[in-house]
Amino acid sequence: MASAIKPGEAYGFFTDTSICIGCKACEVACKEWNQLEGNDAKFLADSYDNTGQLDDQNWRHVKFIDDVPVQTVDAGDGKAWLMMSDVCKHCKHASCMEVCPTGAIIRTEFDTVFIQQDVCNGCRNCVAACPYSVIAINQKTGTAHKCTLCYDRLQGGLQPACAKACPTQSIQFGPLAELQQAADVRLAALHSQGISQAELYGRDDKVYGGLNAFFLLMDKPEKYGLPNAANAGLPSRNDLGGYLGALVTGVLGVVAGIVAFRRRGAS
Amino acid sequence: MYLDAAEHFVRAPQWTWYILFYFFFAGLAGGSYVLATLLRLAGGPRDEPAARLGFYISLPATLICPILLTADLGASWTRFWHMLVDVTPGDTGLNFKYWSPMSVGVWALLFFSFFVAVSALDTWLRDRGGRPAGILGSSVGRVFNVVGAIFGLFIASYTGVLLSVSNQPVWSDTWALGGLFLASGLSGAAAAITLLVRYRPDASFSLERLRVADAYFSILELVLLVAFFATVAVAGTAGRILPWLPLWIIALIGIGASMMGIRQPARVQASGESAAMAPVAMEATVVSVLVLIAVLAMRAAVIFSAQ
Repeated sequence: MASAIKPGEAYGFFTDTSICIGCKACEVACKEWNQLEGNDAKFLADSYDNTGQLDDQNWRHVKFIDDVPVQTVDAGDGKAWLMMSDVCKHCKHASCMEVCPTGAIIRTEFDTVFIQQDVCNGCRNCVAACPYSVIAINQKTGTAHKCTLCYDRLQGGLQPACAKACPTQSIQFGPLAELQQAADVRLAALHSQGISQAELYGRDDKVYGGLNAFFLLMDKPEKYGLPNAANAGLPSRNDLGGYLGALVTGVLGVVAGIVAFRRRGAS
Repeated sequence: MYLDAAEHFVRAPQWTWYILFYFFFAGLAGGSYVLATLLRLAGGPRDEPAARLGFYISLPATLICPILLTADLGASWTRFWHMLVDVTPGDTGLNFKYWSPMSVGVWALLFFSFFVAVSALDTWLRDRGGRPAGILGSSVGRVFNVVGAIFGLFIASYTGVLLSVSNQPVWSDTWALGGLFLASGLSGAAAAITLLVRYRPDASFSLERLRVADAYFSILELVLLVAFFATVAVAGTAGRILPWLPLWIIALIGIGASMMGIRQPARVQASGESAAMAPVAMEATVVSVLVLIAVLAMRAAVIFSAQ
């Protein structure tokens, strides 16, 4: 990313999973810059991934997805481990921001989604809402934590630590419009090579209005633990049905109460 | 838009015991206030003692709610007021998001607390005999109770809507939780008033009516429970509620016990009020305890199904 970082312009990540080698440099760089202590060491006995998930201590997580055919004696069908450096998607229509009752979750001047630590009160409504399992509560601070897209570095004109550290350019940072163009070119190249399963996730507005941190995937989104377009609903979709159900019940309940209490009312 | 064959990759918010009991007491608080208002406005003069019991019950049940909610915040508990006031530097002001049930609910709880506190004081003054029409007077008092009851209906129901307005499995796969929590809260409130009648004999006149009302509420609850199971099954997340089968069974036992109340008043009438009072009170006590346990069990089953 050569151009200067300017407030007022939309920035994001384009994560190309087709060239991720699972080195976890992004995880380390993120922890280093953001001074994340990390969780207690665990051995998950499942691939080379012992991070496990995104949470308050892991704002980047390299997923290792076993996509190898069960019967290894066959041709393999081109399947392999799918690796993907997962991160907060900085959704255009962010579920977390929608439900936050304190106003702690804001959209910054770089069009990223940011949790103000001095405003958050740890109600966990954002945790219940985030469809990507990104946000978690830090038990020490009692507040919600997630990737800030290195807000402090952007303010200083620096690109995020993970993108800076990525040795294969799997994680690219830049103005969103430029990233989208680069993604289109990369997808066309893969398709021309016969890799028809490659697809962009979050490049368009089908998923949460578009993602500032979008992906090139080598399989269906569900394979990576990402909701597909049909499943990408905002929490507020249930406001109407929920309140309507309560309203009808309320009316029926009041009528039932009146009927019950007016029975033999003159006695 | 409810999701067909929904796939969820969301993290559980770990809303557990504090929230479970908040949902329980919110249902009782809202339900008690509503029933008290209905008894006062729709019932006869002899229903007034039971109405007063309802107003009294709603006070402690409401007061415990903010304590539970604050305790649930953990290390950030001193920031409970951030729900009401946005402290974002340079952008301070009141917080209100009509599309976020948690935001609306906090304000509703605040206003409802005012109605509950005034009504409890009003009831206490009436009981002392100094002011037969309470501190608000007869007509203003009635309007006050109606507005308070509307808040009560909201407090008893919004907790279910709050769960649905998320991306959690089970919770977000159904529209029925708001109504289900409300019907259950009304049923629990009828049971709570019934239980406390023993401490206020002049309220025993309303026992039969409370049982009938409870039965009606339980029919509503049963219908909504069926709707809940159906919607969750359609979404493909029914497997998550099955491990909590014992809690669902307890909830159904409570509903069944309440529904038996439909048949009960005829027997009471037939045997005469004073003669029937003691055995009815004993049975009513058992049913009421079952109902209250069921109210708690149903909420626990819903909460833990997603987590």
